[in-house]
Amino acid sequence: MSGVFGDLAGQDSVVAQLERAAAAAAALLDGQALRGGVGGERGGWPPRAERALRGRPPGPAQQPGAMTHAWLFTGPPGSGRSVAARAFAAALLCPDGGCGQCACCRQVRAGTHADLLLIRPEGLSYGVRQTRELVLRAAGAPTGGRWHVVLFEDADRCTEQAANALLKAIEEPAPRTVWLLCAPSAEDMVPTIRSRCRVVTLAVPAPAAVAKVLVARDGIDPAKALVAARAAQGHVGRARRLATDADAAMRRDEVLRVPLTATSLGAALTAAASLVRTAEDEARAVTEALDEPERDALRRAFGEGSTGKGIARAMRGIAGALKDLEDRQKSRATRVKRDTLDQALLDLAAFYRDVLMVQLGTDVELANADREEDMRRAAAGSSPEATLRRLQAIMRCRERLTLNVAPLLAVEDMTLSLVQG
Amino acid sequence: MAARTAATPPATATAPVTMVLGEEEFLVERTVRGLVAAACGAGQARDVRDLDASGLGPGELDSLTSPSLFGGGCVLVVRSAQNASKDVTAELTRYLASPPGDVVLIMTHAGGPRGKDLLAAARAAGATVIECPKVTRFAERLDFVRAEFRRAGRRADDAAARALLDAVGSDLRELAAACDQLAADTDERVDEAMVARYFRGRAEATGFTVADRAVEGQLAAALEQLRWALATGVSPVLICSALAQGVRLLGRVGAAPRGTPVAQLAAQAGAPPWKIDRVRQQLRGWHPDGIAEALRAVAEADAQVKGEAASAGYALERAVRRIAAARASR
Repeated sequence: MSGVFGDLAGQDSVVAQLERAAAAAAALLDGQALRGGVGGERGGWPPRAERALRGRPPGPAQQPGAMTHAWLFTGPPGSGRSVAARAFAAALLCPDGGCGQCACCRQVRAGTHADLLLIRPEGLSYGVRQTRELVLRAAGAPTGGRWHVVLFEDADRCTEQAANALLKAIEEPAPRTVWLLCAPSAEDMVPTIRSRCRVVTLAVPAPAAVAKVLVARDGIDPAKALVAARAAQGHVGRARRLATDADAAMRRDEVLRVPLTATSLGAALTAAASLVRTAEDEARAVTEALDEPERDALRRAFGEGSTGKGIARAMRGIAGALKDLEDRQKSRATRVKRDTLDQALLDLAAFYRDVLMVQLGTDVELANADREEDMRRAAAGSSPEATLRRLQAIMRCRERLTLNVAPLLAVEDMTLSLVQG
Repeated sequence: MAARTAATPPATATAPVTMVLGEEEFLVERTVRGLVAAACGAGQARDVRDLDASGLGPGELDSLTSPSLFGGGCVLVVRSAQNASKDVTAELTRYLASPPGDVVLIMTHAGGPRGKDLLAAARAAGATVIECPKVTRFAERLDFVRAEFRRAGRRADDAAARALLDAVGSDLRELAAACDQLAADTDERVDEAMVARYFRGRAEATGFTVADRAVEGQLAAALEQLRWALATGVSPVLICSALAQGVRLLGRVGAAPRGTPVAQLAAQAGAPPWKIDRVRQQLRGWHPDGIAEALRAVAEADAQVKGEAASAGYALERAVRRIAAARASR
């Protein structure tokens, strides 16, 4: 396993696939160099016939078909979609196929490589206007002579129009452009995009694999790492946060107290209010730290605080630009709030999933092994049917939150259902 | 200097310079119309020019107010005098000091800091100032309605004025039209029964009245209010959030232990104390299971209003029905 792919926990088949592709891509570049120059009169993606005529028998590491121009990385949150995509980008851009040591690999890891276009939607959605700009930028030739990689994280945030604007660019990209899209599942993308990409499916890593990464990379105590890995259910980033951030662990404890404390109408309403308030507080903490510096930077860009002739004219558009920025910040705050709340709901769902496992007597590794006593108490107090209904209520709440239902109302509906079973 | 408010009818003899001061657009408009009519109605045919101060160029004022070859003078209405450019303001100020005899100048001014020098100059020159301040408070609207009936030569009792405000809403134009119509269609003193005969329902049905009726179990009244609210353009999202708030307060107040002080409850539930008192009355007839059922009905309606169902109106109506039914169930 070469250097850049080392961060992928428990994804051996994916790593093998990507390594083959990177080798084929390198071969493609060599072939073009032999045929008269990089990006020659046709360059890029050779038609199938020409590929066959080239006559080199594909070796085990060199299958011409192993590389293609559009990839869709799918897998549940935290399984390492963007990590895999970034590692692949490094393997494509690095002259040594992703050594992990050279300047090129380090730049890709830092997101500063000139030929890596990194898109990370921050708002609730990614609009068609932004996408058209992106398509234009993606059409450029690589500066480093290898590939121009567009890494689009959370591509499922694209609106339908935005996805349509991407279609042509993905189907026939510029000769050296490679698209790497990331989404939770292939079904999250419209079929027209899906059919134009090669899908790479990442598996949910086993808790042991996640714990190994935490121990190896962050130096976390093995026992603690395993507990965090189980609680995070394969989400590497979340496992690390649970193991290192005391606040995150405390919030999880608070969420997991809900099934035990919410036993009456009043308690259910209070629990709902506190769940929503916690999410709001956290969203505020995250966004406030970003908002003010962004506003300051914008004001400075318009020349606030400077003096001289023409400054009044320069300041003229500032109100509109500030409004624009504030809209984007608001959208980001809503998304952070929603994501935080969703995380809490997932923790809660994991608890009831464990309860169900106990009730059915299955021999499956429990996600909340650290709270076994609570779980057994909850399991003894209800039937599997009631647990399933509760799980359904949690999932309904998540759906409603994406529908933009008032968060407090949706969560109240859920906690009331948890009480009733 | 004479300062009056628009409620009193304008003087018959038109002053050479009048300033109509204030932001209540309807009153300003009516006052200006009255003044122009008075100026033209005194047996003289006059040339009326009506323009906005921001459209006036330098020197234009002189040409507009210079004597006509055919005599007769003119009426010049300058609107939004606060927006006049610097040059035009200076010209107007000069004009105020020595107005020519056969011109009637009517200016409207929004008040406020902009163009306040012009206003001061007008006052100093002895111009008639008629104030048309914004009508915002309920008592002021009540006064307005009474004044409207007086204008029409009618008397209305207090209850009738209140009923009319309830039925028509707060838009002055509509209120004035309603008063006109009542005065034209009836002969006696205007009373509450008469208003009820001509105007039914409430124009300003809000989500909160819908929620109050629903949790009190008055299904028919709640549905009526709901239809009114939807008909007058209250957003379904707001109605739904009012329903949620109403039912949520029931739950929070109902779940609190008996004898909890109102102030403490108000702080916990984030509602004003008077609201807590009302909720305590509404709580009669409710059972915790019913409240839970009602809240879930509202949550479902909220999802439907936000796009899960084709008709927001139907979703709300169904939620109101379910709330009323949940109250009855034990």
